[in-house]
Amino acid sequence: MPKVKVDGVELEVPAGATVLQACELAGKEIPRFCYHERLSIAGNCRMCLVEVKPGPPKPQASCALPATEGQEIRTDSEMVKKAREGVMEFLLINHPLDCPICDQGGECDLQDQSVAYGRGGSRYHEHKRAVTEKYMGPLIKTQMTRCIHCTRCVRFSEEVAGVDEIGALYRGESMQITTYLERAAHHEMSANVIDLCPVGALTSRPYAFEARPWELKKTLGIDVSDATGANIRIDSRGREVLRALPRNNDDVNEEWISDKARYQVDGLVRRRLDKPFLRRDGKLVQVSWNDAFAAIATLNPGNSIAAVAGDMVDCETMFAAKALVGALGSTLIEGRQTGMDYDTSSLSAVNFNTTFNGIETADAILVVGSMVRWEAPSVNVRLRKAVKRGAKVFLIGPEWETTFGGEFIGEDLSLLGGLPQHVADALSGAKRPAVIVGGAALGRGGLEAALALSGQFNLVRELEDGSAWNGFNVLHMAASRMGGLMLGFAQKGGIADLVAAKPKVLISLGADEVDYAKFADSMIVYIGHHGDKAAHAADVILPASAYTEKAGTYVNTEGRVQFADKAVFAPGDAREDWTILRALADAFGVSVGFDSFDALRDAMIAAVPALGVEGLADYGSALPAGGGSASGAIAYPIKDFYMTNPIARASATMQRCSAELLHGEEFAEAAE
Amino acid sequence: MADRFIEPDTPELRARWGNFAWTEANAAKAKDILSRYPDGRQRSAVMPFLDLAQRQVGAELNTQGWLPIPVMEFIAAELAMPVIRVVEVASFYTMYNIAPIGRFHVQVCGTTPCMLRGSDDIIETCKSRGMKKGHTTADGMWSFTEVECMGNCASAPMVQINDDNFEDLTPERMNAVLDALARGESPKAGTQDPARHTVEPVGEPTNLAAMVSANHDYRSEW
Repeated sequence: MPKVKVDGVELEVPAGATVLQACELAGKEIPRFCYHERLSIAGNCRMCLVEVKPGPPKPQASCALPATEGQEIRTDSEMVKKAREGVMEFLLINHPLDCPICDQGGECDLQDQSVAYGRGGSRYHEHKRAVTEKYMGPLIKTQMTRCIHCTRCVRFSEEVAGVDEIGALYRGESMQITTYLERAAHHEMSANVIDLCPVGALTSRPYAFEARPWELKKTLGIDVSDATGANIRIDSRGREVLRALPRNNDDVNEEWISDKARYQVDGLVRRRLDKPFLRRDGKLVQVSWNDAFAAIATLNPGNSIAAVAGDMVDCETMFAAKALVGALGSTLIEGRQTGMDYDTSSLSAVNFNTTFNGIETADAILVVGSMVRWEAPSVNVRLRKAVKRGAKVFLIGPEWETTFGGEFIGEDLSLLGGLPQHVADALSGAKRPAVIVGGAALGRGGLEAALALSGQFNLVRELEDGSAWNGFNVLHMAASRMGGLMLGFAQKGGIADLVAAKPKVLISLGADEVDYAKFADSMIVYIGHHGDKAAHAADVILPASAYTEKAGTYVNTEGRVQFADKAVFAPGDAREDWTILRALADAFGVSVGFDSFDALRDAMIAAVPALGVEGLADYGSALPAGGGSASGAIAYPIKDFYMTNPIARASATMQRCSAELLHGEEFAEAAE
Repeated sequence: MADRFIEPDTPELRARWGNFAWTEANAAKAKDILSRYPDGRQRSAVMPFLDLAQRQVGAELNTQGWLPIPVMEFIAAELAMPVIRVVEVASFYTMYNIAPIGRFHVQVCGTTPCMLRGSDDIIETCKSRGMKKGHTTADGMWSFTEVECMGNCASAPMVQINDDNFEDLTPERMNAVLDALARGESPKAGTQDPARHTVEPVGEPTNLAAMVSANHDYRSEW
C-alpha cells in the first residue's frame, strides 16, 4: 500500500495502482482518451500527462506509470497545463473540426476535453490528413478521419470480445484503424466499440443523425432480449425510443450490452398492435376497447381459464394475470412456452447460482447444452475472462465458435452420466468447479442428471477463505423466466398441462413461441405489443406495452431482482399490461384486489417478498439430489441470434444484421 | 512511404495466390524458424515468416517479391493467429512489400547527408532511365522509391537495391551499377569509389591523423 502525495495531499493507494488511479482516488480529474478501466493499458494518447517526482524532469503518462512509495504527483502545475495543451493541439492537428455535423457532438470526449484542457486555438496551417471510410458492418458507422488512434476498439475486440478483427494498419501519420479487409465486425458485442470510441470515428449507424444527446430523455431500464438482465439507459425523445445504451453494473453486464439489446429498439415502432382487434368470421377486425371487453364478457369462462407468459414480460404483468386467473378459480399458469417441463420445486436448481461475477473466478467449467455466445453474450464475456485466468472449459453440445477456446466433448446428453476421465479429473481437482446447464439441456432428464454431477463433484462447498461457493448454474434465455418461476408460472407437466385442461379462454401475455394449434378449441386472448406469431392465432387482441413503455420488475437468470422505469407511452390505444388485466377482471366480474400499480406491486411483494428487494434473491444453497439418466442429442434453440423475439423480428436493423451477418447477403452501400 | 497501400483483395488475386504453400526447402526453413521460439510464443515467428514468404513469392515471379493477402492468410493459419495481426505487421514495416514490385527495388536515400552529397543527381539519373517515384517500370525491371536515412552517411550518397547497398555514388557510377544489374551481373556492393575499400577517410586523414600509424594519446593536447 504505497503512500503518495497528489497535489500536496497525502494518501494511500492500493498496491499495483497506477498514478492515474492514485489521482482519481485523490479526486483529481485526469483527462484521457486511450485509457479505459476495462481494457489493457496502451499509453498512446499522452493526454494523461502529470508531473511526478522522483523521476525524469518531464511529464509522465500517468496511466502507464505505477504508483510507488513516496511519489509526489502534481496535476495542477504549469508543466502539466502546458503538456495537456500541447497534446491536445497535436491531437487536433489531424482531427476535423466538423463537430456540428458529427454524431458524437455533445457526448464527445475530445470535444469536452479540448474545451477543458486545450489552448483555444491552433497554430497549424498546413493540410490536414484525410482517411477513407472503412466499412464495419450494419451497426457501426465510420468516419475515420476523426480517429485519434487511441486503439480502444482494437483492444476491445481482442481482449473482451475475443474476436480479433479490428487492427491498426500502416504506421505513423498513415496509420489507419480498420477491420480485416473492411468486412463487417462479426460478433454479438460489436457495437460496444461505439461507446468506447472517444471521438466520432465510430458512431451508431442506425442512430445516425437522429438526435443530439441533450434532446433525449434518459430513463433507466432493464434489457429483455436475453435473461442476463443487462442494465440499460433508454434514450427517448417524445414518444419514440431512439437508442438503448449500457449502464455500468459490475455485477451484471459490466459496461457492455449485446448488439440485440442495443439495436432492437427500432422494432418498437414497427408492427405494433395499437388498436384492439376481434376475430369475426375468421378475420381480425379493429374494434374499440369497449367492444373488445363486451365481447370478452360474453365468454364467461368460469374456472376454465389459463394464462401463458411470454419471454419479455415483467413480474407485475405476470402477477396480475395470476391474480385474475386465480380469482376465476384456476391455477393454470405457465411461462415455458416451448413445452419444457423441468422440475421447478427448488428454485436454486434452476438458477445461475455462481453469479456472473463468480463464474469469472471458476477454474473448471462444464457447459451443457448452451450456445452461450448467442444465449447470453455477456456471460460469454465472463467465460472468456475465466479462461484468461486459467479456467478449463468443457462443452457438451454441437460445436460453435467459442471466443475462449474450450473443448467440445460430445453432443449427447448421455455424456452427463459418464464424463470422459480427463473432464471428471478436471472438475474434481478444481477449487471452484462450475456446471452451466443451458436451455437445450434442461429437458429429457438433463437437469436431474446435471444435478447429480453437483453431488458427485461437490459443487456446493465452502471455499478456503470461508466464503460459500455454489457451482451449479442454469442459464436461461427468457428475461421473464426467473420472475415467472418465482411467481409460480410453472405446471408440473409444462404447457402440456394447459393443453390437456382444454381451457375455454387462454390469456397469452406476449407469448409468441407457443404452438397455438394445440389450443384450437380455446378462445385466445392475446395481450401483447407486436403483431407477431401469436397475433395470427389470437381471437382477441388487446394492445399492450413493450418493456420501454411500462415500469416493471425483472429477475435475471442469477435471480437478481431489478427494477425498470417507464421511458415512453405506448402507441395508439395500447395500454400498460396490468391495466388491461385489471379491466379484464371487471369484464369477467371478479375482483383481483388492486386498483393501482402501487397496489399491484404491494400485493405482489406481499405474495413473493423477494421481488420487493433489489438484488440477488435468496433461494438457498441446497440442491436436490437429482439423478436418473439423460439421453438425446442436444440442439440449440436459437437459430438466429438477431431474430429471437418479436421486437427484434420487427426491427429493420436486426433484420439487416441477420441477413448480412448470418446469411451472407450483400448490401450495396449508399454512395455518399 | 506515405503512398503505401495493401493490394486490394480481388478474385484474380485469390485465384493466383489462394493455394500458396511453402516450397519444400522453405518448409524446412519455416520449421527451423519456428523451433527458435518457445512453446506458446510461435506467433513471434511472424516476421521471419513474412520475409520467407516474400522471398518465395519473389522467386516465383522473378522479382523482389511481395505479400498478397492470401499469402498473409496462409501465414496467419500457419501460426494460428488472427489475420489482422499479420496484416498489421506487414503494413507497418516498409521492407515488406504489400503491393507488386519489380525485379530490382531501387531505394534512393534522400535524407540530408545524402542530399548534401548529391542524392538529387542520383534521383535524376533514375528518372532519366524511365523510373518514377513509387512506381515500377513497364518492363517490370525497376521499382523506384525515395527513402529516409539508411545509416550510410559516411559514404553518401547511397542507394539500396534489393539486399545490397551501393555507396559513394555519382550519376556515372549509378548508371554503371544499374547497367550491370540490367545485364544480369552482380556488381560489387558497398562503396563504388575505386579509391575506397569501406568507409575509411577519403585521401589523407584530416583528423586523428596521428593515430594512423600508432596509438597516440591526444589528451594532453586538449
